[in-house]
This record gives sequence, C-alpha cells and structure tokens, in this order.
Amino acid sequence: MAEDKKKKNISKGRREALKTLATVPVLGVMAYGVYKKEKNERSKRLAADMFRFKEKPVPPPVTDGKRIRIGIIGYGIRGKDLMNALGFSTPQHVEDLKTAWKSNAQDSRYKDFMEQEDLNVEVTAVCDIFDKHAEEAMAAGANIHREGLNGKYEPTPKRYRHYKELLAADDVDAVIIAAPDHWHGTMTIDALKAGKHVYCEKPMTWTVPETYMVREAVRAGNRVFQLGHQNRQIETYNRAREIVERGLLGPITLVETSTNRNDPNGAWVYPIDPEANPKTIDWKQFEGDPERVKEYLDYMTSAGLAKYIGPDSRDKFSLERFFRWRCWWDYSTGLSGDLLTHEYDAVNQILHLGIPDSASSSGGIYFFKDGRTVPDVLHTVYEYKDRNLSLLYSATLASEFSRSRKIMGHDATMEIGSTLSVTVDPRSEQYKDQIEKGVVKPGQPFYTYTPGQKDVDAISSATQLYFAQRGLLYSYVNGKRFNTTFLHIKEWLDCIRAGRKPSCGIEEGFQEAMTAHMGTRAYLEGRTMYWDRDKEQIVRG
Amino acid sequence: MTEKTNQYSYGKAQLFWLVTLRVIIGWYFLYEGLAKVMTSGWTSYGYLMDSQGWFAPLFKALAQNQALMPVVDALNMYGLILIGLLLVLGCFEKIGYICALLLLALYYLSHPALINAEYLFPPEGSYLWVNKNIVMMAAVAVLMAFPTGKEIGLDRAIFKCSKK
Repeated sequence: MAEDKKKKNISKGRREALKTLATVPVLGVMAYGVYKKEKNERSKRLAADMFRFKEKPVPPPVTDGKRIRIGIIGYGIRGKDLMNALGFSTPQHVEDLKTAWKSNAQDSRYKDFMEQEDLNVEVTAVCDIFDKHAEEAMAAGANIHREGLNGKYEPTPKRYRHYKELLAADDVDAVIIAAPDHWHGTMTIDALKAGKHVYCEKPMTWTVPETYMVREAVRAGNRVFQLGHQNRQIETYNRAREIVERGLLGPITLVETSTNRNDPNGAWVYPIDPEANPKTIDWKQFEGDPERVKEYLDYMTSAGLAKYIGPDSRDKFSLERFFRWRCWWDYSTGLSGDLLTHEYDAVNQILHLGIPDSASSSGGIYFFKDGRTVPDVLHTVYEYKDRNLSLLYSATLASEFSRSRKIMGHDATMEIGSTLSVTVDPRSEQYKDQIEKGVVKPGQPFYTYTPGQKDVDAISSATQLYFAQRGLLYSYVNGKRFNTTFLHIKEWLDCIRAGRKPSCGIEEGFQEAMTAHMGTRAYLEGRTMYWDRDKEQIVRG
Repeated sequence: MTEKTNQYSYGKAQLFWLVTLRVIIGWYFLYEGLAKVMTSGWTSYGYLMDSQGWFAPLFKALAQNQALMPVVDALNMYGLILIGLLLVLGCFEKIGYICALLLLALYYLSHPALINAEYLFPPEGSYLWVNKNIVMMAAVAVLMAFPTGKEIGLDRAIFKCSKK
C-alpha cells in the first residue's frame, strides 16, 4: 500500500517535472537551427569576408595646451566657411543659424556649430581687401563665445590692409589663406618665409613657375603646410583606398570623375555686394603680385594665347571681376583649378596616382556666354602609362544630372560619393566561382559602405543609399558626426602642435597643381601636354 | 470555496493550442533578437528614421540621438531575446506578455499601416490600418487572458514554490 503511494508520488513528480519543462527542448531545436543557419551563411560569406575591414585607429589627440594664434587672409565665401570650421562666426550668422533651427528643429547647423570642439586657437589678425568682408572677419574673430546679436564679445582681431603687414605681425603663428587663386602661391611663399604655418585653399597655384617655388619654400622650412582638400578627411575615401589595396577591383584601367552643376552660383556668377565700390575695395592689391602676373602674361603670349587675356585691362576696376574672378583666366584656372582639383585629389588619395604622363582637354563656353574666358564645359583625359589606366574628368556647369565617381576594374567597379558601393563585373575572373554559385550577383551593388556604421554587412542595402542620397548622413569619425573642413583644419593644427605631417601636404599639393596645370594648358593650347619625369616639367606634345 | 485558478479548466486541445501559440510567438521573438545580436553593427537607425505617422518625429529624434541609440538598440535586441525566452519557457509569462505588447505597440506606432504611408522596407503583404504587428498584439493579448505557464512551463514550479 505504502509502496503504491510512493510509486504514485514518483509518477506525479515526474509528471510535474514533465509539465514544467515540456517546452525547454524547443530551445535546443532553436540552437540547432541557429547553428545550421550560421554554417550556411558562413559558406556564403566567403566573398563577403573579403570586404570586411577593421576601423583604423585615429591618431591620438594632441593635448599640447599652446593656443595657436591665427591670421585670416581673405574672408569671402570660402574664408567664412573656414572660419566657421575654426569656431568663429559673425554674430549675425550665428543669429541666422539659431533662427533657422528654431523654425525647423531638423536644421542642426546651429547645434552642430555650438557643439563643435574648441580648437584652442585665437584669431589675432585678419586681412581682406574689401572693407565689409574685413569688418565681418573682425566681428567673427571677436565672437569667441559663438553668440548671436547682442552677445558678449572679446576684443576684435587687428585688421591689416595688406597681407604682408599681417605676415609681419608677431602675434600670428599660422595663417589661413582664402584669397582668390592668383594669390595662393605668392601668399603661401611669403607666409612660409615669415615663419608662419600655412593652410591654403585649393588650387595650390595659379602659374606653373610658382608651383616649384611653393614646394621649395615648404621644403626649406619646418612649417606645416596643408592644402585645402578637405576630402582627405572623408572616411569613405579611406575605405576606398583599402579596397583598392586589397585588389578587390582587379586591374583598374579607367577612372571616371565629373562635375555636374546647373545654377549661376555653381558657375561662379556670385552676387555682387551693393556696398562694394572703388572706395571699399583695394583694387591695386586685387590685381595680383607683379611677378606672378608677368609669369602668366609671359606664358599666355609665348603660347599664342593672348586672346584669352583680359579682355578688360587688369587695372580697370570691375565689380564683376572682383566677385566673379573665377570666370577669367586673369585670376583663376577655371574648372581645372576649382573643381578638377577636388576630383583629382580624391582619386589621388585613393589610388596614389601622382602626376600623369599626359593630359588632353577639350570643351568650350557653351552656356554661360556672359563674357567669361574660362570654359563652362571641360573634359580632360589623363594617361598613366605605368599604371595602365586613364583618368577622365568631365564637367558641365549647365546640367546637374548626377554622374558618379567610378573606379572601374576588371573584376569590379567602385562608385564613390558620400557612400561607397562595389559592383562585381559579370566577366570577372576573381569572382567567377562566386558568380557561378550565385553568391555574388553581377551588375548589382555587392558591397556598400556607409560611414557611421562601424561594420556593415557585405550585403548591399538600399536603405543606406537612400539615406545618404537624402542627406540624412554625415561624415563620421568613430561614430561621431563632423564637418570635413573642420576635420581638415583640426588635422593641420594637430600637426603644428605635434610636428606631424598633414594628409594634404606639399607633395600632394605639387601633384595636384601640376596635374591641373597640364589639363589647363592642354585646353588652352589645344594639344596634348606631357610630363617629363626627370626634369619635372610640363612639355608640349 | 472555489479557487480562482485556470488549473485543469482547459480542455486538452485548448491547452495544447494555447501552449503552441505561446511557444511559436516566443520562438519568433527569440530568433528576431538573436539574429540582430549576431549581425555585427546592427542598428535600428534606418528603421527608426523611416518612421511615419504621428510619432515619427519622436522616433527620428531618438535615432539621431547618438547617446541614446546604443541603449535603444540594446533594449530592442535583448528585449526580444528575453521576451522570447520567457514565452517559450512559460516563465513569468505575464511579464513576457506585457513586454511583448509594449514592443509591438512601439513597432506599430513607428510604422503604422496608414493609408498614405510608404515605407522604405516594403511590407510583404497589403495592409490597411491592421498589420501583422496588430494581429500579433491581439494574439499576445489572448494568451495573457488565457495563461498557460502554470500548466506547461516553469511558472508551474515557480508559483507552486512561492505558494508554499
């Protein structure tokens, strides 16, 4: 009887346990399923693994407490951007950003500016030959707390009427040059000679002879020179470089880049300030350095290009020429200097191309028949014989149909913009097995990289592209959002403090300038230009 | 005195199907969570940025908050796993149901099946106001009204112990 009861209890206990744990085996089934699925995925990932990258370590922050004293030369459109990136903006501009943010919470420019890291710099000197710009630069330099109107400002930086006076000032350690192109080289050389560190906007030079002189001046001293190609800070380009280095694209034979703009502003028809007149503008200084102007005129006349000079006399005051100087060879190198240089430097950053063997150009003034002398449509083809590749640059200022930047390889093509995508070629040999197995679908983006995500699955995602195209993404470093100009200036300041070499220094700058000059000359002279590597000279075909 | 309990009040088929429904929904949550954990770099950023409807600004603000996003992602991933485990095992099932309803409600509010809503991740079916999240919420609510953890599940042991 007792035994029966015991048996009953045991069986009741068993039943209890069974009912309690009945569903536990489900977890075992799931574990088995997950294991099988992972195994299956892993075999498919073999191709994807080739596109797996590690985040590169960021150079250690420079904690040297020394405050760098900055002089600003040129406070036009780009000068304002650069000073904003430094952390200085006019009270009016801050007020405008604040108003924009209040009316639209999605407009994060105000917040971004206010949260931008303090670079531990002081603007002690400004120089602009247009009074209004100079006064604005002073107001921005004094606005150290980044306040709007009616804020508390510090003493204003000193205004210098001539850039040479600014360079002579003892309280300037480094200068940011954002003057028009025909002044870049001269100001850089003079600043280096005065012992200042230099951040200069692109293009590095306006004439060929000064390009050698700038290089010499940088090499002769121990000052840090950074050329203003902020693309150097774009994370996507660094990833693109890694992809090329791993040979994932196969042999690269063609690189296509372009400029597609379609508005007057994009064609350098900038607004003319109503306060501008011969009294508020130092036209004499605008004309340029006599030595540079002579180099320019010598080349143009000796090459039979006198028709491109002017047409106005250089000493004739002109508001159009002052505000829209990029439209004339007299002050700029047109598309080559302004926009080809950006494309070239991006490609040089990724492929380390250096100066090409030859350049051919064509184009014309097809849309903006407004008296300009530089073309609004330009195509330049560079040949790199040793690398077995051509670099094509094609620009129009009268259509903004998007043409992506493409690096085309035998095995895959990489498109690089704010995001990066790699599309495998149907005829690829490297990916032949994977194409046959169906792991890689040729003709469809196989790998996309969107900065800001530490590790992206090597399966293309329309989402990432979508967000980037709609401007929802920003430049990221270790997951934090940044403006690239800020990063480029910060790098320059870090290099000054730590004695490091910047990412767009004189060697990169020399390559940029010579490559652009080859394209410009090929266009002007209507014939192929060659680079003599031994003599380091541009020679005619 | 009648004890207010569901014990033995279900027929065999009723109990079988209720437990099956619970385990299946639990499985669904568990694997959704595991898959996210196993996908390195997974983030709900894209999903949240694609929000529509009344609460879209809130979800988008959340996505753009760099400090909060890792917390949101972790809560989502591990929340899914925890809910899945609780449901499959029948362990503190009521907590599981409440959490499941909360998460499902958030998903629905972020991606409501509105007439004019167009999502980046196209749904695999056609919906008008009612979508699969709503159906799932109703199913979870049914399970909450007819609990089974004390019949088949760890709650049977847990609540017996606590009764003693």
